Amino acid sequence: MKDKVTNILISGVGGQGILLASEVLSEVLMLAGYDVKKSEIHGMAQRGGSVVSHIRYGAKVFSSIIPEGQGDILLGFELLETYRYLPLLRQGAKVVANDLKILPPPVTLGREKYPENIPQKIRQAFPDTLVMDGLAVASRAGNPRTANIALLGALSTALPIETSYWYETLQKMVPERFLEVNIKAFDLGRQTAASQI
Amino acid sequence: MKRTMLSGNEAIARGAFEAGVKVASAYPGTPSTEILENIARYSTIDASWAPNEKVALEVGIGASFGGGRALVAMKHVGVNVAADPLFTLSYTGVRGGLVLVTADDPELHSSQNEQDNRNYAKFAKIPMFEPSDSQEALDFTRLALEVSERFDTPVMLRTTTRISHSKSVVEPGEPAAGPSTAGCIEKNPAKFVMLPGNARKRHTVVEERLRSMEEWACHQSFNRIEVGEGKVGVITSGVSYLYAKEILPDADILKLGLVYPLPKQLIRDFASRYDTLYVIEELDPFIEEQVRALGIAVHGKDLLPICGELTPARLNKALTAKDVQNYFVPSEPLPNRPPNMCPGCPHRSIFYSLNRLKAFVTGDIGCYTLGFMEPLSAMDTCICMGASIGNATGMTKVLDPEEARRVVAVIGDSTFLHTGINGLMDMVYNKSTATVLILDNRITAMTGRQENPGSGYTLMGEETTRIDLEALCRSVGVKHVTVIDPYDIEHTRNVIKTEMQRPEVSVVIARRPCMLVKRDPVKRQPSLAVDADKCTGCRACLQLGCPAIEWQPDAGDKGKAVINPLLCCGCGLCSQMCHFDAIGVRHEG
Ligand code: SF4
Ligand code: SF4
Ligand code: SF4
Repeated sequence: MKDKVTNILISGVGGQGILLASEVLSEVLMLAGYDVKKSEIHGMAQRGGSVVSHIRYGAKVFSSIIPEGQGDILLGFELLETYRYLPLLRQGAKVVANDLKILPPPVTLGREKYPENIPQKIRQAFPDTLVMDGLAVASRAGNPRTANIALLGALSTALPIETSYWYETLQKMVPERFLEVNIKAFDLGRQTAASQI
Repeated sequence: MKRTMLSGNEAIARGAFEAGVKVASAYPGTPSTEILENIARYSTIDASWAPNEKVALEVGIGASFGGGRALVAMKHVGVNVAADPLFTLSYTGVRGGLVLVTADDPELHSSQNEQDNRNYAKFAKIPMFEPSDSQEALDFTRLALEVSERFDTPVMLRTTTRISHSKSVVEPGEPAAGPSTAGCIEKNPAKFVMLPGNARKRHTVVEERLRSMEEWACHQSFNRIEVGEGKVGVITSGVSYLYAKEILPDADILKLGLVYPLPKQLIRDFASRYDTLYVIEELDPFIEEQVRALGIAVHGKDLLPICGELTPARLNKALTAKDVQNYFVPSEPLPNRPPNMCPGCPHRSIFYSLNRLKAFVTGDIGCYTLGFMEPLSAMDTCICMGASIGNATGMTKVLDPEEARRVVAVIGDSTFLHTGINGLMDMVYNKSTATVLILDNRITAMTGRQENPGSGYTLMGEETTRIDLEALCRSVGVKHVTVIDPYDIEHTRNVIKTEMQRPEVSVVIARRPCMLVKRDPVKRQPSLAVDADKCTGCRACLQLGCPAIEWQPDAGDKGKAVINPLLCCGCGLCSQMCHFDAIGVRHEG
């Protein structure tokens, strides 16, 4: 298993907590003993723009960006931004999508249309797709702002990593007073994913 | 220390700490910003934001001349600002080691041009290291400081966005016991005073230094050969090395850690073994041209792109002429998601007003550059940090007086203090008639909210003297200085209109803290809501381009506006736009 490089993409809208999520994920992968590289673009793109983070792990990783058409897993924080980055995936890739719409400016201004039925379209192209209402799961955990961690919980079911590494990482990266609710969000996200397989 | 994941920028900060750096200075600029933010965490280093890159380098030079090690960081275009002291520093050399980090931005992810700063190393005759990942970013920072002292030269360290902002696994080292002692004064005018007579002698020293470094570099492990199948040879450096390993896993590779001066003999020996030799590099044919000058035939920019980032996919396409076969492509055009000013941004009403007043706006670099975007569409030029004021002066010189009234320069507080103030002096001195708008949001917002001399705090978070912008403008001779609150749209527009009419220089300071500043008392107000019964669908509120206002085309006859309560911060701008009194405070329940 360890000699093949696995390619994970996390996409969404600037301000949704993608940077933290990819930070947590790459830390977990490092603790689990892999070589890991992660790449993202800061700056202008962050101000409500479209954001994608690349994470690659395996025995030895060279490039920090994923060659197009070789993505193995896409974790999408917003539907349009999940749809947008599907071309980076290989056939048979796994998709974990948050069931959330954030309208981009051309749409709020009524000039362009937000695509319809995105979840169905994703599923059609990638049968191994999980669509989850991250906000609802996070609210059940006790704080709607933990949606990104709930989504990581769902993603975790697709990775060969023991949960202890996840807990260890959350402990390290989440402020103590938010730790409990984040762990709960992670567990609920995991359960939600498991119940749909 | 334990293995850890660090970005290139964090690794450089760690390297500076391990090398015993005493002073670090920078002006924030993507992708370099986090270097100083991380250095600030080490209590052994005096870290500070300078008002511009030239000052940052001058501070570093002072520390070095005093005997301490120094690190100075900036983005690629920042080196243009610092170039003046840099070229002479090459002549004086150093006392304590000095490293200048240039963070380049191929693909212009957030920059105004794509310049390849390896050319600066050659132009200024300064050695340059180029790391490929975070581990090397750390190691090369230490190395650069040692080399700086050993060869009595400033050293440049070049990263690119993919190094600065990529994380990879790093094993940090222990702090060096090295010469990081306290500074002391040592007089040596022949070395440090660059009068023509002294500088002429130092130029010879510089040339000799490059010659000896070049020979030395042929035998150092940072320039290494990785043996593959022996069929093709590749010369590469920096992030391109990783892409070469990804796409040509079996090639023999000469990986250069020092990209200037190049190890010529090592290159000659390596090249002689292959019929097919590639130079794989991003942007300019920097290595390629020097290799060709040695009389060696190579493939390089005949195959590879000269514009934009090199990516594994682009490299693959260039070498194998094969395009990526995307398994899935959406069948419909997808709406773009361009960046936008935050809900409640204090800049929004300014650009709305400028648009309505049909101003010709000379712009500058900062969040407010987004005033260019629809629907605000009120920015007509943007060149570099601090240029807006000088651009306005030049513009008014060639226009007739009526047209000249339309010219307005827009600049942020940080940018104004960076180099805009110089333009203002010229504007007053040379009797321009343009209007200058200083958008004072109390912070350097674009790069992630860094302090500046106008914010009242240092990088370390200590309170300090806050520059008085009004007094500063008056002291350079501006007679008409007005402070306005950009949250009052009508007043803002009236003041700008009046000042545009004035046949003299005037400065309008629009003061409101950035919505994202945590320390200032920017209270989020309760979100507003549209009363659907009152909304006539006139679309006036949409003209602000606030991301929180969404358009529902199917509501009513003409459609209606709705406000997304999760995004709205209650700034109240939109309610001032609505003539039908349809926007008010949302009532919970
Ligand atoms: S970061 Fe501050 S200045 Fe920049 S767009 Fe947002 S609110 Fe405006
Ligand atoms: S300005 Fe007022 S009436 Fe016009 S669309 Fe907006 S909310 Fe409706
Ligand atoms: S009050 Fe209006 S303009 Fe201000 S953030 Fe809310 S919706 Fe946007």
